[in-house]
Amino acid sequence: MKFDRRRFIEAAGAGLSASALPSLVRAQSGPIRLGLMTVKTGPLASGGIDMERALVQYLKERNYTMGGRKVDLFVGDSGGVPAQARTKIQELVERDKIHVMIGPLDTASALAADDYIRQAQLLTLSVAAAEDMTQRKPNPWFTRGTSTSSQSAQPLADYCYKTLKHQRMVTIADDIAYGHEMCAGFQRVFEDSGGKIVQKLFSPLTVPDYGTYIAQLKTNVDGIFLGFAGSNGFRYFRQFNEYGLKGKVNVVGGMTAFDEAVLRNMGDEALGIITTCWYSAEIENAINKKFAANFRVDWNYDPGFYAAATYVEAAVLEATLNAIKGNIEDKQAFMKAVRGIKVDTARGPVSFDRYGNVVGSVYIRKVERKEGRLVNRVIHTYPNVSQFWTYEEKEFLANPVYARDYPPARYLE
Amino acid sequence: MRRVSKDGRLLDRPCCRPSRRAHPSPSAQERAPQDEVRNSSRSQLKIEKRSRMTLWLTLAVNSIAFGGLLFLLSAGFSLIFGLMRIPNLMHGSFFMLGAYFGVTLMLPAVGANFWVAALASAVAMAIIGAGVERLLLRRLAGQELAQVLLTLGLSFIVSDLCLMIWTGDPWQPLAPAELRGVVRAGGIVFPLYRLAVVVIAVAVAAALWLLVDWTRLGAMIRAGVDDAPIARVVGIRVSRLFTLVFALGAALAAFAGVVGAPILSVYPGLDADMLPLALIVVILGGTGSLLGALVGSFLIGFLYNFGQARFPDLAYVILFLPMLLVLVLRPQGLFGKGGS
Amino acid sequence: MTRVTAPNAAFALALLGLSTVPLWVGNSYYVDVASQILLFAVFALALNVLVGYGGLVSLGHAGLFAVSGYTAGLMLQAGFGHAAAIAGAVLVTLLASAVFAVLALRSTGIGFLMITLALGQILWGIAYRWADLTNGDNGVSISARPAPFGISLSGAPSFYYATLVVFLFALAAMAAFERSPFGASLRGTRDQARRMTALGYNVWLIRFLAFLFSGFWCSVAGLLYLYNKQFISPQVSALQASAEVLLMVISGGAATLLGPIAGAAVVVIMKYVVSAYVVRWNLVLGVIFVAIISFMPEGLVPGSVRIWGFARRRWRALRPARKSASGAPP
Repeated sequence: MKFDRRRFIEAAGAGLSASALPSLVRAQSGPIRLGLMTVKTGPLASGGIDMERALVQYLKERNYTMGGRKVDLFVGDSGGVPAQARTKIQELVERDKIHVMIGPLDTASALAADDYIRQAQLLTLSVAAAEDMTQRKPNPWFTRGTSTSSQSAQPLADYCYKTLKHQRMVTIADDIAYGHEMCAGFQRVFEDSGGKIVQKLFSPLTVPDYGTYIAQLKTNVDGIFLGFAGSNGFRYFRQFNEYGLKGKVNVVGGMTAFDEAVLRNMGDEALGIITTCWYSAEIENAINKKFAANFRVDWNYDPGFYAAATYVEAAVLEATLNAIKGNIEDKQAFMKAVRGIKVDTARGPVSFDRYGNVVGSVYIRKVERKEGRLVNRVIHTYPNVSQFWTYEEKEFLANPVYARDYPPARYLE
Repeated sequence: MRRVSKDGRLLDRPCCRPSRRAHPSPSAQERAPQDEVRNSSRSQLKIEKRSRMTLWLTLAVNSIAFGGLLFLLSAGFSLIFGLMRIPNLMHGSFFMLGAYFGVTLMLPAVGANFWVAALASAVAMAIIGAGVERLLLRRLAGQELAQVLLTLGLSFIVSDLCLMIWTGDPWQPLAPAELRGVVRAGGIVFPLYRLAVVVIAVAVAAALWLLVDWTRLGAMIRAGVDDAPIARVVGIRVSRLFTLVFALGAALAAFAGVVGAPILSVYPGLDADMLPLALIVVILGGTGSLLGALVGSFLIGFLYNFGQARFPDLAYVILFLPMLLVLVLRPQGLFGKGGS
Repeated sequence: MTRVTAPNAAFALALLGLSTVPLWVGNSYYVDVASQILLFAVFALALNVLVGYGGLVSLGHAGLFAVSGYTAGLMLQAGFGHAAAIAGAVLVTLLASAVFAVLALRSTGIGFLMITLALGQILWGIAYRWADLTNGDNGVSISARPAPFGISLSGAPSFYYATLVVFLFALAAMAAFERSPFGASLRGTRDQARRMTALGYNVWLIRFLAFLFSGFWCSVAGLLYLYNKQFISPQVSALQASAEVLLMVISGGAATLLGPIAGAAVVVIMKYVVSAYVVRWNLVLGVIFVAIISFMPEGLVPGSVRIWGFARRRWRALRPARKSASGAPP
């Protein structure tokens, strides 16, 4: 059982100073209190632990200093339960007095904490993909350096139709907002390019057996798009192969279906799978080369979606702090600066649109073997992808948010 | 084309559920001449019918396979519930812990054979089960409710321990080499291993039946299930029997966990996913009855698969409703003996 | 005039302490934790009606809790006002309790447990999978807390006071119930159901009404939960949640007034405070549960009272020997 002594001491100190009345105005030379809202227990734990590892690596590389001030890190664990995420965020804000939060990990937690973030005016650099928080119900304190649910799926649809020449496809994803939004985005772009989605399946987030869903799968299609999160992609794919479907239907995956974190548990059956993501451990730029190499040395596996997420958000945070000369107490200035920033990060160059969502490169990757391990090699790059893809922003926002049944699937069989 | 009003709003209303009926796109219909239309729609219907047949057949075989796995899971639960009158809420934990244990034994570092791992895991869980019964449950002898709650508390402990030791990633071993591959018959493709699970389940059922109906030990168990106090009077060491049966139940659950691991994988929360299914099977089939557990397993296998496919929104309602009806109308289950 | 006795003084002190929590608990986060302790105490007291006084152990009460929260949440989302949402939630939960009662009271003991478990799971299944109705895993969030008599409850201290008021009402109701003839007859059905029937009491009706009473306070707790978190998701109706509230009742001490409150405090503090320092708090919770069931099955409060009484008697037994001069035989 781990007793987190450092946390205890920090929290005790924070508690003591917090109970002093009246609250003192923090001097600018005090440390920046950074909160990480992640998931360390439960099914999403492996991604959550990656988030912490990468962030700690970033901070260590800079000696826990950003924007000229020391950084104190507070980590919260929601256990994957949205209501608990909200309580933990409250704890980080009210008890630990964080200035800024990186996270949360999952969409449902972000949605649960949305109104609290507004109320507490908590500066948030999100990992979670909840679309409407940067679209129709924009949260003024919320910014996202990773991707909306559909932002990475839309370019993949374009690639599937134009390059892979798929005409008919099936989508399957977890039956949660994240899965709905991702499939909706994929479907819209695929059908607008000329393809047809002939079947849409949604499976519960935790289901022991995918047999029913594989039984229902239409096999007279060119490809199947997997919009799973966590390790469900891996579990589904295993069963998919057991039913002899590998090779019959091409498998393409969304940004969390075959992440580096699950790839390390897979074997040769994964070779050739094409996925999309805003990151790959194989991206060739100086920052990523160093990041991935160091991460691999420390933890013996490649960084994936979750590790890169916090590493990129930390880079965004640092760039913004530099722009406002470390004065994080000025929240308005921070949010204004972050929306205008341009940073080179491990995922390539990023900037932000006026809703706080990232505009950056999306990579199409293929699973290959390199140096004895499986990697996601980048085979195509879509630069400067925004959350609206090639659609005009106003027209995009006039439509309802991507959901299970929107856009309506017209070619279902 | 999507219809858009003058001010840019969408005029189509979202459709409800993805329907299984064919929607041939309007342009295809308009373009083809009359005969081709008739032929293409007829062959479309044929494809439709064949794919639906394939679906039903696959679901049916899936159901039987899942039912087999459920029987392995529930047999132990049924014995424990029947004899000791406690629904062992730790049963899912034994399933999961056994599965983790077996998977660990199959790692390259240890390199055990699949079947060896399964049996070793069963033995390990039997020991743990015996320990739990002897040291903890027996202190509360006679207080059935307290015993139930104790198993509940222990399940919290086990699930957190598993998360601590084996972390959050799922573990999925490959099926034993001789049982990999697919079977092609009747137009469907089906994994060989799942069919093997059915065979294993039937074999275990036969072994248990032999044990219960043909051995002295089995006779003692049946006596205990029928009337424990009188069995004591007759000289049967019922307390020792309790320990034995609890251990046996745990061993069966562990075995089921390892056998099921190539299909379900092992992940945090597996215990909470499987325990309700065991509960339903045993309540439906009747506590203390192996035949009931067998019939119940296949019944639930069918309900689970067809329910998920046809009524995904009400999947859990479909599962628990029969259990509820049985509890209310015929509490001893379909094949159970006497009231609980 | 009530005498100044130890229990009365303790009660007055506790009341004083509770009413001034926002003053001496420095941090608004902990005030919020205190609100959660109180609302879960109401939930535990509600379950205690059946478990402690009725002898009917239910593993499905989280379903009733969730029904209340979801009904209110969905009604608020649909545009109804707070008063309508609250009334709707209470009514729907009472209806659900009636259904639960009619089905579960066909049996007692383990049978009752299993039926309530099944019912709780059915409700969980609906909350989780019938996404068109309940929004599934993404849950239902509401935008604002109610403002009774114009007082805003959005701050932690004001919400705490509102919760405290509701809690005190619940406590008073429970105390009144315990002392009433109805409460006595319920305890009678727990202890000697057959004799009660022989005496002419309608055991089924007594239990049914107790179930409704329990369901009412479950709905109150569910509403408090919804307003506290401004969010509700299927996890609140899962088996784990039913197990936790049962744990609160049993670990604190079933069939007492203070037991469920103590139990609620233990579980909430473990979950929301200790979890920051101990990563594996779930494990610790399980260990506590097992220890209490095994060694102090009557619960923390009665068990502590027993140990306290035991200690006092031992102390008193020692004192005369000390008082007397040396030479007197022990």
